Amino acid sequence: MMKKKLIAVAALALSGSLSAGLAQADDLVVKIGHAGPLTGNIAHLGKDNENGARLALEEYQAKGVTIGGKKVKFELISEDDQGDPKTGNIVAQRLVDAGVKGVVGHLNSGVSIPASRIYNQAGIVMVSPSSTNPTLTQQGFPFVFRTMSNDIQQGTVLGKFATAKLGKKVAIIDDRTAYGQGLADEVEKGVKATGGAVSSREFTTNQSTDFMAILTKVKSQNPDVVVYTGMDAQGGPMLKQMRQLGIAAKFMTGDGGCTLDFIKLAGDAMNDKAYCSQAGLPLDQLTDKTFRERYKKRFGIEVQVYAPYAYDAASAIVEAMKAANSVEPAKYQPFLKKVAFKGAGGNVAFDDKGDVKAGAITVYQFRAGKWEALK
Amino acid sequence: MNELAQAIPYFGSRNPRVARGIVLALMLLAPLLAGMIGNTWIRVLDAALLYVMLALGLNLVVGFAGLLDLGYIAFYAVGAYTWGFLASPHMGVHLPFWIVLPAGAGLAAMAGILLGFPVLRLRGDYLAIVTLGFGEIVRIFMGNLNVTNGPQGINMLDSLNIFGWDVSRNIQITESFQINALTSFYYVFLLFVVGSVIVMRRLQISRIGRGWAAIRDDELAAKAIGINTRNMKLLAFAMGATFGGVSGGLFGSFQGFVSPESFTLLESIAVLTMVVFGGMGNLGGVIVGAVALSLLPEVLRYIALPIQQAIFGKVLLDPEVLRMLLLSLAMIFMMLIRPAGLLPANARYSREELVKGLKEKQA
Amino acid sequence: MQPWLHAYAALGVDAKSLILPRRGSSIPARLYLLAPSDALVLYNLLTQVTPTLNTMETLLQQIVNGLVVGSVYALVALGYTMVYGILGLINFAHGDVLMVGALVALQVAAYLQNTWPGLGTTAILLISLGAAVPVCMLMGYTIERAAYRRLRNAPRLAPLITAIGMSFLLQTLAMIIWGRAYHSFPPLFPTAPLQPIEGVFITPVQVTILVASAVLMVALVLLVNKTSLGRAMRATAENHRVASLMGVDTNKIISTTFIIGSGLAAVAGVMISSNYGVAHYSMGFMPGLKAFTAAVLGGIGNLGGAMVGGIVLGLVESIGAGYIEQLSFGLLNSSYQDIFAFVILGIVLIFRPTGLLGERVSDRA
Repeated sequence: MMKKKLIAVAALALSGSLSAGLAQADDLVVKIGHAGPLTGNIAHLGKDNENGARLALEEYQAKGVTIGGKKVKFELISEDDQGDPKTGNIVAQRLVDAGVKGVVGHLNSGVSIPASRIYNQAGIVMVSPSSTNPTLTQQGFPFVFRTMSNDIQQGTVLGKFATAKLGKKVAIIDDRTAYGQGLADEVEKGVKATGGAVSSREFTTNQSTDFMAILTKVKSQNPDVVVYTGMDAQGGPMLKQMRQLGIAAKFMTGDGGCTLDFIKLAGDAMNDKAYCSQAGLPLDQLTDKTFRERYKKRFGIEVQVYAPYAYDAASAIVEAMKAANSVEPAKYQPFLKKVAFKGAGGNVAFDDKGDVKAGAITVYQFRAGKWEALK
Repeated sequence: MNELAQAIPYFGSRNPRVARGIVLALMLLAPLLAGMIGNTWIRVLDAALLYVMLALGLNLVVGFAGLLDLGYIAFYAVGAYTWGFLASPHMGVHLPFWIVLPAGAGLAAMAGILLGFPVLRLRGDYLAIVTLGFGEIVRIFMGNLNVTNGPQGINMLDSLNIFGWDVSRNIQITESFQINALTSFYYVFLLFVVGSVIVMRRLQISRIGRGWAAIRDDELAAKAIGINTRNMKLLAFAMGATFGGVSGGLFGSFQGFVSPESFTLLESIAVLTMVVFGGMGNLGGVIVGAVALSLLPEVLRYIALPIQQAIFGKVLLDPEVLRMLLLSLAMIFMMLIRPAGLLPANARYSREELVKGLKEKQA
Repeated sequence: MQPWLHAYAALGVDAKSLILPRRGSSIPARLYLLAPSDALVLYNLLTQVTPTLNTMETLLQQIVNGLVVGSVYALVALGYTMVYGILGLINFAHGDVLMVGALVALQVAAYLQNTWPGLGTTAILLISLGAAVPVCMLMGYTIERAAYRRLRNAPRLAPLITAIGMSFLLQTLAMIIWGRAYHSFPPLFPTAPLQPIEGVFITPVQVTILVASAVLMVALVLLVNKTSLGRAMRATAENHRVASLMGVDTNKIISTTFIIGSGLAAVAGVMISSNYGVAHYSMGFMPGLKAFTAAVLGGIGNLGGAMVGGIVLGLVESIGAGYIEQLSFGLLNSSYQDIFAFVILGIVLIFRPTGLLGERVSDRA
């Protein structure tokens, strides 16, 4: 691998000198990085993001992009961060070493936050398509952006929906991860803002399987709705145990539970009293109507979840490069702040912090064996 | 360092001076060599040095004093969070490192004594499970208190700034040549490691170290010859914790972000594995163990993926899975083949050595 | 009046109702914790500081929850304690044997459901259990044979590291075979909960868990105390060398111990998975850790201790999680659920360094 890289570098250098000698404008090779978990239990989501970014770059390439008078050739360098913060840092460093001009990634907030520091220090633009933790863009890093609405937006919608549509008395349980706790705090604010009451706030961990004790306590307060902010692996069994304890309240969870696995794990406890919310548009309502077709044609598989936002992230980087007429992050970063275009998953434009403006949130209800988008 | 030098096959015993030279050169040139492949590897080396410090500290408790500690990472956490409190926007204080590091070390030492008191009477495996519990309790508190910002952790920690020299900045020497921040971190960490080794070395052969060895080998006998076992044990916990605290502080400054998930039980076990794998009680062995086990995953990732691609045409085992597989096999077979570790302690004061000596005499 | 009663009085709790006729002085101090009047004090305390209507049901429900969790802990703890009693080894891989049991049962059950859709759930349960138990027994035997036997006279930490390595190895192999996903365990029991008392729910699985663990524990105690195999096991635990001089094949006894322990773990694994409907490669870690804590709490090496430790731990965890806010005046909440095990352990060991029922002084340090 190392050797190959060296040869590639040598070849590049050689071709560079040759073209200089001939004084002829050659293609400008622009490396764009992607980082996400390509192995492990959410490898399919990581691959989905990679495909989204790849599709965008290939389409720009086919259309032809000229920057600084040179025709641009995009090269996507994809790295596997395993969804682990430590590996994420190393991978980020590797992308910096490889001289990428922009990064689409990472997938998990827990990985994106520490990695963003490395990109920002190196002066490389990072656009995350799926990290929703608010902290990511609150660090004051000018080179960090995201194309997905964050947990503040999602939590508020979740909390307001729960009180407005499901019932005034809400119990909130979180899994004590950065994601779960952050989302739960926003849900609580959302509930209170719509005149609801939080009957109890309970806690578990992302490794627990037994929730009987906290659910018994929740039950003693008779809530109308139980909101769980965490992953499907806990959410599914939790819903099951709720029904075992005879709790008839409605159940709602965030994007961590909006999955097929959740439905499987909850088993016969699933009914139309289960809801979930997810940042982004439902796949059959994307703003770019032909996106799913193009994606399927290119990769032979269906879009999973976040590919449209990875597509938008890569597009935003290229659009900013075009506007700045430069591929250097320092030059195009100010233009990235000003981009405004219609992407695959909504209108792409960033606010001061680098968050996408007007990101969409969709609420789903369990109906006839699957999650179905409401309204 | 002598032990490291001696560990080099053949050379070590025959020509110690050359061997020492090799070790010294490797230590000093490592980041430059690694830098030739990519900065990634310097980062990996930096992390390895932090593990070396941790392993040295744990070795003091387990290897020198024979107190099995399965919650050692708690002291690392105390050090890292102290850095988070005293040098980050979290509390709005930005104290210099020469206050923060000693503060972290001191707090960790206090935590060590706090743990030490109740477990004084416990032995062996009871001690292991209580220390394990202590580690978990500390992690759970860090993950739930408001002061520590709960599971979100503390972000934007100040980086190490040594009297005006910000280690995390690249140093531009000429237009084209610069010393990478990661390289600077390497040398700073190396200084700390060398300092720790010197302290450890002196400790080991001091009255205190010999007292620990006596307690480790036979507590009752140690008491009988007038060693204050209570104070000695507390001292071992406190001193071990101090090293954990210092490396925790350095970790905080290096990573810039601390959150409870960096301090899980698995990390404690990883450090213990390094100590035992390398050779408990032997400084050189512990260093080798820590470096080997922290480099292993990265090396694997570089080697295993292309090899699998080449042989099978696809990736059969994720590098992560492969790493776990090899690590667990290594742990099992290593103990079967060399139960005392890669470089067993030169058993100056250990019971095995005495027994062996006696047997030889009798024979 | 004691100062803590003042504190409760300040909260509007009727402190007088908490003070009961004092115990007769004939009750030894050791039984203080178990005295019935204290249970009443605790109950009064809990009910008075919980301003809800359905307090009694809530408390009973928490006790049921605790008993279910506790009896699983106890079952797993037996495996730890037996191995420790005989070898002085913390068999870290024990929890992962449990995981293998659950996943094997899951695999078999899924296969049966696909191949013979007409098969009854009870039959499927028994067949899959019948597959999981021997697999785990074989695995326990192999682990001891391959990894631990050679280390019997090695330095103290070597077998511990091997055991941790073995635990990682089992998890990694399971990860390779079954992947990292959480698998849903087929419902093999009727799912409708029973209500023995109005408002207190218990599912048929949970009833089975309580009964089966009790039966298995009694059987094990009988085995150890009444049979010649049991006598040989006790002799080996006391002293390997002397036992072998007396004609006990200690190697065989140690293997048998591992086999029995692993069989119990397999049963526990299937119970856990049927109860929660989930199985995955790292599911053995937490129960293993808790069960080990329970074993130490009760006095490691002591069968009765493992059972008492398990039940106590289960009860403390669920009552603790349910009432910690009231008991700590709102200072703490259920996010501290996982520290109870360790706090209780620490407190008990400070006063009784060999655990609740431990007699033998462990001097292997």
